[in-house]
Amino acid sequence: MNIVVCIKQVPDTTDVRIDPVTNTLVRQGVESIINPFDAYAIEEGVRIKERLGSGKVIIVTMGPPQAEKALREAISLGADEAVLLCSRAFAGGDTWATSLTLSQAMKKINPDVVLAGKQAIDGDTAQVGPGISCHLDWPQACYVSKIREIEKGRAVVECLMETGKEVLEVELPAVLTVVKEINEPRLPSLKGKMRAKKAEITVWSEADIEADPEKVGLKGSPTAVNRTFSPPRRTGGEIIQAETAGEAGKILVGKIKELQIG
Amino acid sequence: MSENALIINAEKCVGCQACVKVCPFGALSMQGSLAVVNDACTFCGACPDSCKFGAITLRKEEKKAAADLSAYKGVWVFGEQIDGVIQGVVHELIGKGRELADTLGVPLTVLVLGHDMDAAVKELLEYPVDEVIQVDDPALKHYASEPYAQVVADLIDKKKPEIFLAGATAIGRSFLARVAVLVHTGLTADCTGLDITPERLLLQTRPAFGGNIMASILCVNNRPQMATVRHKVMKAAEKDGGRNGSVVKMNAEGKLLRSRTKRLDWLPEITDTVNLVDADIIVSGGRGMQKPENFVLIEKLAKLLGAAVGSSRAAVDAGWMPYSHQVGQTGKTVQPKLYIACGISGAVQHLVGMSSADTIIAINKDKDAPIFSVATYGVVGDLFEVVPAMIRELGGEA
Repeated sequence: MNIVVCIKQVPDTTDVRIDPVTNTLVRQGVESIINPFDAYAIEEGVRIKERLGSGKVIIVTMGPPQAEKALREAISLGADEAVLLCSRAFAGGDTWATSLTLSQAMKKINPDVVLAGKQAIDGDTAQVGPGISCHLDWPQACYVSKIREIEKGRAVVECLMETGKEVLEVELPAVLTVVKEINEPRLPSLKGKMRAKKAEITVWSEADIEADPEKVGLKGSPTAVNRTFSPPRRTGGEIIQAETAGEAGKILVGKIKELQIG
Repeated sequence: MSENALIINAEKCVGCQACVKVCPFGALSMQGSLAVVNDACTFCGACPDSCKFGAITLRKEEKKAAADLSAYKGVWVFGEQIDGVIQGVVHELIGKGRELADTLGVPLTVLVLGHDMDAAVKELLEYPVDEVIQVDDPALKHYASEPYAQVVADLIDKKKPEIFLAGATAIGRSFLARVAVLVHTGLTADCTGLDITPERLLLQTRPAFGGNIMASILCVNNRPQMATVRHKVMKAAEKDGGRNGSVVKMNAEGKLLRSRTKRLDWLPEITDTVNLVDADIIVSGGRGMQKPENFVLIEKLAKLLGAAVGSSRAAVDAGWMPYSHQVGQTGKTVQPKLYIACGISGAVQHLVGMSSADTIIAINKDKDAPIFSVATYGVVGDLFEVVPAMIRELGGEA
């Protein structure tokens, strides 16, 4: 079974600081990491391969040349191959154009299943996974918290919804997006790190994946960023001074009652 | 010239790096004392405003006269139902949708997909809506991504609404991305603000980078303009006797109902308290709870307040609480009226999930805990004394 895992390189928000003057994100010196949700997808892909004892895990990302670092890291975590979709034409794409670009790569690779994190922590859209699936006319399962069964052509998964879990049987190929609950990712092994160092990263442009240049990147995006701005900053409020913890509790309940919620 | 371009005037640039700092996409850097732009630029327009020396100009592509968009009229909201119950976010969408429709002078339609929904649909007409479209089929009783997307895309093609809104729920987010692909239009995720511009476009405002940056998005040349909307942000519409609206009942063509997923089972989460994203009040516990048994305190307080129980990542990773209760970057983003954080230090990953709550109360032993930097009210003290006092004050037994 050939498994593709789509990942995104994102800024590490543990490093993210707000510039006190401009009130915006400081990205200088911020390290790039694999989107945390995608790390669960990589782990799940490797586990499926290990369980079935055959096939391979291919990592695909779209991004600038620096995204190669994320691909090598994924190889150190047990993936077999990596593809970087890299071209000036892909830049500035919204979720429509990005999912089309990735779907064109899937047509070339022809995998049995595609895994991805439920969303990326920078854009937070959760739209690219279902978008890829629809561009390919495949089914999908989102917010997957457990893969109960998987074999060629069929999977049974649990999907995390607001009030419970839905158990779905899905025809494959399909796109499955995963949540954190699905597994606990392993650390890279020494052998994996060695492999990652030597691995050859395949780089594809729009011509390689036969993508219409009018439909990718900024040009192919129905939406455009009009403006960005910083939200009003939240500042610390009142620290309640009380003689005893019991009194502090009383004061808090008073404050809650003042809010008149519900 | 029709390409977008960001032009940096080398003579005017003094190398102050102001633009580098404001760029939300990390697209600007310094080459010696000159700012340079790379491929990550999305032409968002943040940097020209930041340059005190007028060294940066943004040339926006002249959008070609678009296909005739005047055929698209009306505001639609998606009437999400689970087990036949119209979800709370739908009333918020009606509230906002009414406002947008009135500004544009067009009707507001609610679209309901389901089976045997007559009573719930009739009730929707008591809200300020002009029309409810009801597509009834056993295959639509429970959400399924393919039939839902295919039926909605088909109706959009036929009836051509200019705006389509849905809740940013598990359902809304996962099938609307398919609809956007099928009808080839833009979709903006998890909006917290919606307005109409003087050009009659939908201005969609949303947080990105975990709420550190707000972006406003336009969809100029494609219709409908589609957005999912964050729950608990827009004001819910009240029943006002309605607009003498009508129900349009429709059947779905068989080919639209094709589904390659099959629902085998539903495992409801058993909990005494309310669902996290629906809650007006959330009481959360973190590492400071020390052991799983202590969450009983959080649950007691939550019950007395009619609140949901949340948790930090630390408490979930320790196995004290199920993942579905996790608030924060790798869990849920919540926006309740009141958030009470007990024994939560307030790492950035937690703050991005809850700092847009209206009021935040923090109880923590460490006076330097970052949670206090966002708290409306803070108590520096032992939660095992403060929380029981709150429970007793509310008439419970601690």
